[in-house]
Amino acid sequence: MKVFIYPTNSLVLSDLVERFGHEPLAIMQEIGKKVRTQSLDSPPINITPEDPKLGLKYAAVEVPSGVRGRMSLFDPLISNADAAIVVHDPAPSFGCMGCARTNELVNFLIRAKKIPLLELDYPSSEDDAKEFVYKISRFLKSLTEGKK
Amino acid sequence: MTSSENPVRIAELSCGLEYSGIQKEIESATKQVNAVMVYPEVDISDIDNIEEEFGLKVASPDLKLMMARAKAIVTGKVHVDAVFVATCFRCAEAAIVRSEVRRYIHEHTGIPVISYSFTERTTAGTLLTRMEALTTTARRKSLLARDKQSGLTAGIDSGSTTTKAVVMKDNKIIGKGWVPTIKVLESAEEAYENALKEAGVDRKDIQALGTTGYGRFLLGEHFKADLIQEEITVNSKGAVYLADKQKGTATVLDIGGMDNKAISVMDGIPGMFTMGGICAGASGRFLEMTAKRLGVSITELGALAVKGNAQNVKMNSYCIVFGIQSLVNSLATGSKPEDVAAAACHSVAEQLFEQQLQEIDVKEPVIMVGGTSLIEGLPKAVEELLKVKVIVPENAQYIGAVGAALLASGFISR
Repeated sequence: MKVFIYPTNSLVLSDLVERFGHEPLAIMQEIGKKVRTQSLDSPPINITPEDPKLGLKYAAVEVPSGVRGRMSLFDPLISNADAAIVVHDPAPSFGCMGCARTNELVNFLIRAKKIPLLELDYPSSEDDAKEFVYKISRFLKSLTEGKK
Repeated sequence: MTSSENPVRIAELSCGLEYSGIQKEIESATKQVNAVMVYPEVDISDIDNIEEEFGLKVASPDLKLMMARAKAIVTGKVHVDAVFVATCFRCAEAAIVRSEVRRYIHEHTGIPVISYSFTERTTAGTLLTRMEALTTTARRKSLLARDKQSGLTAGIDSGSTTTKAVVMKDNKIIGKGWVPTIKVLESAEEAYENALKEAGVDRKDIQALGTTGYGRFLLGEHFKADLIQEEITVNSKGAVYLADKQKGTATVLDIGGMDNKAISVMDGIPGMFTMGGICAGASGRFLEMTAKRLGVSITELGALAVKGNAQNVKMNSYCIVFGIQSLVNSLATGSKPEDVAAAACHSVAEQLFEQQLQEIDVKEPVIMVGGTSLIEGLPKAVEELLKVKVIVPENAQYIGAVGAALLASGFISR
């Protein structure tokens, strides 16, 4: 299954999803597509002024351009998600999404999709961390079992 | 500016820029003024602790990064010549951080700083004047420290509505020219010729010439100017010079035909400034249209406004179209022309107050310059809103030309 992860640039979450045989939907792949598009030249990540306009699909024009630009990147991830793992209040080193307003909107849209969803807090101790990984692995296994 | 000069290092403190697709525009504007954008490096621990250290809690990690980068500049961890603070237009959280970061840098360093709120439509052209002012302030402090005009010099200010020229000799204005801007070069020729005629001097005798305003580059090339300079630094110099407030703090307000400038000045050098240009409802154009609707000339509008009471007219919009409609409706329901004129001045002043003066620290004396400062109702409305005395110096409408002539005299000995 295609599993949306939040933070969408979390290498830990991306790796866990892959280990359990699913496809992580991470922002790196979308940025990678932009960066590898040869005809574009809009550093640093090749987002052009057209992208915030694409973001109008999710947010009206009075919503800041930075939110809409980010939403254009998230669009394929949200659209293709079959399931999702959302981690609240992650440490920046775990994965960092820059804009709080974008994050609120993305999390809402994921919840609104009514897909299998695991929401959990970022762990603050080693025991919590073990429980954290256990919950994620149980969720990912349940997706596989559900598929069967 | 010459290519042999080292590029000015501008720190970019931003949230949302790269996702708005305008980083390229910023790079382009900075390149044109021989500057480079730098991104202060911080450690992850700096970001972890910054909310407590800065005293501002925010939800967006990019804003925490912005504060951490500001701290890196203030503590000297990173060396830069100027700072550009930019966040998305219409983001409330970012607007708070932008304003506080700007104030924090301004108060703790002598580094010039500008803040800007952008959309995906922001272009290099829009940013150029701001970047030019920022780099000039960083690069040319000795030129900007000049407080007296010397020799025989001239300045031409090619504005969006009018073109102004002055000739100065030994710290005095000896000739002036003021014409509507129709064709940039022809209007400048006419204004310059009028100023030379009044001064009774030949063009060949002018020792140095400065150009400013929208048409500064075209005029600079045409007249082989010694100084081609944007209007923010030039107007700051012109304002404190004409108001005789060259030392200490000052705030310069210039409501132009197309955009407004609010500049916080220290010893005649701009520290913080904003430049609005999104809405014509906040510009001199709105007052022109009001005057036309009232059947008076723009020069009569100010005196009329001073006699009126803005509170007697209800305005529902700041928009140049709907705002005028409000005024027309008021006239239709029996409002007095003087009250309508006062309401128009109040509307423009209120927009300046709400949209621009929140972006700088307003410190006395407040000096209003530009053609609109002669519309008496406007400085009066600004006084009422700011609760401070507003100074309108003599020859306020020639501010850019005077500033250019003053600064150009620094080139005489070269």
